[in-house]
Amino acid sequence: MDNATKRLAFDLTVWIVSLFVVLVLIAHQAMAESSVAPASNDRWKAECGSCHVAYPPRLLPAQAWRRMMSQLDKHFGADASLDAKAAAEIGAFLEQNAASGRRAREPADTLRITESGWFQREHRKVPAATWKHPAAKSAANCAACHTLAEQGDFRERNIRIPR
Amino acid sequence: MRKVGATFGLLAVVSLGFAAASVSAATPVEIQKGFEADARQGTPGFAGFSAPRGEQFFKARHGNDWTCASCHTENPLGPGRHAKTSKNIAPLAPSANSQRFTDIASVEKWFRRNCNDVLGRACTAQEKGDVLQYLLSLR
Repeated sequence: MDNATKRLAFDLTVWIVSLFVVLVLIAHQAMAESSVAPASNDRWKAECGSCHVAYPPRLLPAQAWRRMMSQLDKHFGADASLDAKAAAEIGAFLEQNAASGRRAREPADTLRITESGWFQREHRKVPAATWKHPAAKSAANCAACHTLAEQGDFRERNIRIPR
Repeated sequence: MRKVGATFGLLAVVSLGFAAASVSAATPVEIQKGFEADARQGTPGFAGFSAPRGEQFFKARHGNDWTCASCHTENPLGPGRHAKTSKNIAPLAPSANSQRFTDIASVEKWFRRNCNDVLGRACTAQEKGDVLQYLLSLR
């Protein structure tokens, strides 16, 4: 084998190994993201999930949850009041697992998840007709498209848009 | 002798466990008895509960937009649907859903919330008992 061939073989090996390492790192990252179990609490699931999907705490900043829990008797037009013990436990769970990073910096002037900047960005390609679909009825009805919303799973692969 | 003592000890622990477990569980009839006791105290001239009156109360509007039937439907033997979120609601009549009216804390929580939504005030023991009488009459 002459030197030029040796060099080519070496370069190729380095490239292939590097590519392999990068792919493994990407796959590892993706798996790590998808295998993180969403935060859960039995009382939160039972109480917040009786009239609608129990919206995961990570969808709103802590201060928004605090405000939400302080006015449960006037909860978007319905009385959703809780006894003090349940309210304290659920409030603590929501705040401990609230949005972090960019989502945590959302302005807290709205308590509607659907009015958050990140929500609007994530859903900007959803056509108007889909929002009005009888199976969806409201943008608050996550499970109309996010088939595993009840389990806290909002991954792209589990989305089925009603037609 | 020691073995007998141990057996008794074990039995005592087991029966205590059952007693503790049954504290929160109630039957719809027991819950109705509680409403009756409250009504005897709170409603002057209380003369029992009435299923037809409960049905009328359940289906009528009381000043606000919603009735009980807005979510629980006119047929409480079947599933309901939340008027705003469309989430399914399990049947309300005990004969269709054995979980209903078995936990006093849950019963009081939902009467508190729903009476506030439907009437803008708390329900009286008479009203709660009439509604339960109506629900118990459904087969």
